[in-house]
Amino acid sequence: MIEAVQTNDRQLQSDTHWNSDGELEVLTFDLHGETFALEATMVQEILDLLPETTVPGAMPFVGSVINFRGKVIPLADIRLAFGMEAAETTIDSRIIVIELDLQGEPTLVGLRTDKVNEVTTLAKTSSEAPPSVGMRWRPDYINCLVKRGGQFIILPNLQAIFSFRKET
Amino acid sequence: MSMTDPIAVFRMEAAELFEQIESGLLDLTHRLDDKDQIDAVFRGLHTLKGSGAMFGFDALAAFTHHCETAFDRVRKGEKPATSELIAAVLAAQDHMRALVDRPTDDHGNIGDILLSQLQRAVEGDAPVTAPAQTVPMEPVVKAAKSATNTWRIRFSLPVNSMVNGTNPLGLLDELRDLGECRIAVNTSAVPSLDVLVPTDLHLSWDVTVTTDQPRSAIDDVFIFVLDDMQLDVETLADSSGTASAEQTFQAEQPAPVAQAVAAIIPAVSAAPVPAPAVEREAPSANDARQAKAAENVRVPAERLDELMDRVGELVIAQSRLRQLAGSSMDLQLRSVSEEIERLSGELRDTMMVLRMVPVGSLFGRFRRLVHDLARETGKVIELVTEGETTEVDKTVIERLADPLVHLVRNSIDHGLETPEERRAAGKDEAGKIMLSARQAGGEVIITIKDDGRGIDRERVRAKAESSGLIQPGAVLADQDLLQLIFAPGFSTAAQVTNLSGRGVGMDVVKKTVETLRGAIDITSLAGQGSDVSLRIPLTLAIIDGLLVRVGTGRYVIPLSAVEECLELSLEEDLRSRGRSFISLRDSLVPFLRLRDLFRTGTKPDPHQKVVVISTGTERVGMVVDQIIGDHQTVIKSMSKLHHDVATFSGATILGDGSVALILDVAHLVAAGQQQEAQVRAAG
Repeated sequence: MIEAVQTNDRQLQSDTHWNSDGELEVLTFDLHGETFALEATMVQEILDLLPETTVPGAMPFVGSVINFRGKVIPLADIRLAFGMEAAETTIDSRIIVIELDLQGEPTLVGLRTDKVNEVTTLAKTSSEAPPSVGMRWRPDYINCLVKRGGQFIILPNLQAIFSFRKET
Repeated sequence: MSMTDPIAVFRMEAAELFEQIESGLLDLTHRLDDKDQIDAVFRGLHTLKGSGAMFGFDALAAFTHHCETAFDRVRKGEKPATSELIAAVLAAQDHMRALVDRPTDDHGNIGDILLSQLQRAVEGDAPVTAPAQTVPMEPVVKAAKSATNTWRIRFSLPVNSMVNGTNPLGLLDELRDLGECRIAVNTSAVPSLDVLVPTDLHLSWDVTVTTDQPRSAIDDVFIFVLDDMQLDVETLADSSGTASAEQTFQAEQPAPVAQAVAAIIPAVSAAPVPAPAVEREAPSANDARQAKAAENVRVPAERLDELMDRVGELVIAQSRLRQLAGSSMDLQLRSVSEEIERLSGELRDTMMVLRMVPVGSLFGRFRRLVHDLARETGKVIELVTEGETTEVDKTVIERLADPLVHLVRNSIDHGLETPEERRAAGKDEAGKIMLSARQAGGEVIITIKDDGRGIDRERVRAKAESSGLIQPGAVLADQDLLQLIFAPGFSTAAQVTNLSGRGVGMDVVKKTVETLRGAIDITSLAGQGSDVSLRIPLTLAIIDGLLVRVGTGRYVIPLSAVEECLELSLEEDLRSRGRSFISLRDSLVPFLRLRDLFRTGTKPDPHQKVVVISTGTERVGMVVDQIIGDHQTVIKSMSKLHHDVATFSGATILGDGSVALILDVAHLVAAGQQQEAQVRAAG
């Protein structure tokens, strides 16, 4: 069973770093037909698929590790955090390597994506807080939704997603 | 981390000096008249004073000066070295440490108290003239007036000596302290201004000193610069001769010039010269230890770690090359691959050695501890150390220091009896604590042994039962019972004394050892003493592993834990469905099917293997599908996201670039034992 750690809510909320002009440079990618975006500054590298090593006993959400330039880093599938089904890999599948601050320790994590789109700039004015009702996903896993060209781009709250712990 | 902070460098140097002084002092406690050790202590104190003053630790310098004075008198044979003196200097040394660590704190009058102790120790029963206490930098000895002599001293220092931190003014001051001085400077060697390098020293001095001190006092002034300098000391018959000599110098160089030139020197030495390295490099042939230190290079540990990472990656790349070459028919490629394999292997070995330090540096600290504990407890303790040259990874040494301190305290506090009890038991009055280290395979075994009363198993059991660690009347193997002393929350009230109460419980000892992937064995015989052995892997970075396949995944088992491998035949596999035990030379060994544990969902291989691993006394078998072979494993830690997975202690990268997980032996053995317990409970 998985639960979010509620202790440092404030830190988890302030995940998005809009600049003084209210803009944010992001990398957008697709997961299960939805478009997500990550702050470009946290992205380290985009990789083609690599051989994965399953870690028996680990949470399915971070069920494997990969060799990223001689470092062993976890490979996460945030689809599972959003309750989406794991998908078969396609020719467009990529791994985005990001650096996350996990309990004060910078950690490299690979994210599985269906497709990486582009680096683009989002405006704060068109962003909205996640609606509290009418959404399939846990609201605390989402920083905000940004409207763009008739669709929503989801900015996930990675701190919250990765700060779960396994019930023992 | 920058190494250029002079204060930090001084602290490191001071730590070394303290070690040197302390070991000298402790050696002296056994042989009070050991001239070499007296000299070593004196030199240590002297250097500490000098460096301390250089780096602005004035309180330290002033305080150290008195200890130095005391030892100088011993050195000159004016006073005998007594155990009181050594105890006083040892106590004073602790204060010096405090002055180094917290120079700005108010240390109250501790210093004065220590100094008065020191003085009493030096003077013994016959307190004589007022000691050199009030003025910190006063001349060292003021013996009774004896025949005065006049000496003519001519000296010049090497051109680069100021860069090396020698301050000629200091030397002149020391000469002045000896007695009435006439100093003349010879500037004839000073080049013209356009070619003059301000940090170079071109001066030489001609000094006439009238003193009641012996010739050796003059040599002492130059003791630290003696090697490179030119020194010429001659005695002038008496005052008549002095006068004529004086005249000539005065004619050559009037004193005011000397003063003027000398005045620029402080400004020069204040220039941003890398002063920290200086004092260490100041040569002194008399001091073998110091000479040895100069050959060493200080490297921040993190640079070594970086290098280790690179070497690790090289080893990985090399094993990929080996795989490629192995599948190729190209003989030249193969020979290059073999060459690189050999080179990277050697590089790895050299790298490992760089991180290794002898255990002796760790054991050294215990002499002091034991010395202090013996005083506090009134027990007579003899510390024997063995295998000091055994080398262990530096990180391991640092991490082991606290646990070992606790184990030693524990042995002295609980293990050793008082002299009376020992006599009554027919033992030698002096209790023996033996610290030994030896290497066995990929492990180093550090043993703390005492010949005390041994662990009282009944008391341990009672304590464990009352604190709820075990069920009353539970059946425990002897080793398990003894291991209870490492359980969290297991401590006897007596432990919270000045001795054992350092905030490190015995459970922390066990935890530390476990994080180092080590184990603890205890043996104890009532009335004959206990023996605690820490088995620690030599290094934390690279291990030899056995590569196995379970389902489609590959895993590494640390080779040091592997006892043997055997085949699990299909029929035995089927027969053992109900009970997961195999009989191995008449003993039952529980085993775990890794395929089930890892939920691979694959069919078992027709020729499964059992890898029997052990942690000292406990054994457990692990069923794998295939044994691939041994594998040089560079350990990579897993991220925080996988810290909840206890089955694996880390990961490694295989030759083909894929990742294999390293099994945590201790955890698996515990799991196996648990299974055994369950089976027993059910059966």
